[in-house]
Amino acid sequence: MRITQGTFSFLPDLTDDQIVAQVEYCLNNNWAIGVEYTDDPHPRSFLWEMWGNPMFDLRDAAGVMMEVRACRKAVPDHYIRINAFDSSRGFETVRLSFIVNRPKVEPTFKYTRTEVAGRTVNITMTTEF
Amino acid sequence: MSTTIVAKGEAPPPAPPTSDTPPASIDLAEDFRESGVAEVLAQLDRELVGLKPVKQRIRETAALLLVDRARKRMGLTQTTPTLHMSFTGNPGTGKTTVALRMADLLFRLGYVRKGHLVSVTRDDLVGQYIGHTAPKTKDVLKKAMGGVLFIDEAYYLYRPDNERDYGQEAIEILLQVMENQRDDLVVILAGYADRMDRFYQSNPGFRSRIAHHIDFPDYEDGELLAIADTMLTEQNYRLDAGAREAMTQYIALRRAQPHFANARSIRNALDRARLRQANRLFESTAGAVDKEALSTIVAADIRASRVFSGGLDSERRSPS
Repeated sequence: MRITQGTFSFLPDLTDDQIVAQVEYCLNNNWAIGVEYTDDPHPRSFLWEMWGNPMFDLRDAAGVMMEVRACRKAVPDHYIRINAFDSSRGFETVRLSFIVNRPKVEPTFKYTRTEVAGRTVNITMTTEF
Repeated sequence: MSTTIVAKGEAPPPAPPTSDTPPASIDLAEDFRESGVAEVLAQLDRELVGLKPVKQRIRETAALLLVDRARKRMGLTQTTPTLHMSFTGNPGTGKTTVALRMADLLFRLGYVRKGHLVSVTRDDLVGQYIGHTAPKTKDVLKKAMGGVLFIDEAYYLYRPDNERDYGQEAIEILLQVMENQRDDLVVILAGYADRMDRFYQSNPGFRSRIAHHIDFPDYEDGELLAIADTMLTEQNYRLDAGAREAMTQYIALRRAQPHFANARSIRNALDRARLRQANRLFESTAGAVDKEALSTIVAADIRASRVFSGGLDSERRSPS
């Protein structure tokens, strides 16, 4: 199942040139860039693994692409996303987050319904790899 | 580490047209005017005293890059030329300033995308424990992407006396990026001529990846006096006739003493002269001082320097 999380996720996958253009936009806004990856895209698992520290004071997207390529090489079959952090309000706020790598076969989600007291039904969602 | 952002022209550099059909002819003179290279070269001439061979080399490099760009547009060449450079010369001969202009030049010609200069030394690249160096070096490289990385006193990266020195790791990462990401950044290595030569001999990888070697000569006495004048004018000071005479003698004496650093020595001397001038005004003038007195440095301000009494105390005592 195609995961739709973050910006641009309903569009076809971004090409590297398109990723560069988006990163350039972020850098022009003085946002810091972080690269993160995970194998479990469960919506409740919003904390992904960090690929190194977020990058501050970059001037050009080539530096970010260096890390994205290194991350793709290390974990080719994982989700990788780019987060852009805006610090203008005194704390690092995510302003843009988009997926730049997907596994070849994407996992699906399975719903388990549990009847509890009265007519209440609890729904649990689990990732099916 | 310091990042210096060079002032950019109003318009971004005219990118080579991406159309499939190459133009039939290119007017190099027109290209020269439009790219703003002339402006950078004129600025270089105006702001830097002397350095004739350096200016000549930069002119030649600019011409080469301009022609290369024209050839690329005509479809005669596909590859990016190697732009990594080596600046050798004694301290205070203007290597950092020229590197800044070079970044501007490369930006205007479209060889670097952002045109900023990141100036680093060994401490910014090499870590203190295992596993510390690679992230540190990569961090600097990422910041320099799209601009120029200026490594001052680059020979400190290589310490042959300690084979486990982490500098070697930084060198390897640098070499790899210099080779594989030539489009993304330009590296300038700088330092004393003799030590850089030894550095290149022990690291042939660097020698082969650097196309442009520029040697910075020491300044003549007259040039140093002109530099002193420029520095003072920028701060709205001036030397009176006696002070100019004293300064001329100061330069000749200072050159013979240890740790002479060309323009940097002059700047330090002037800073101290300003201090003495301030003290003199404070102690000797009763009542109001005029603009003239506040901006004039007299002979006494310069002649009080230790250079006239044979150098620093510590060095005078030493037997050499």
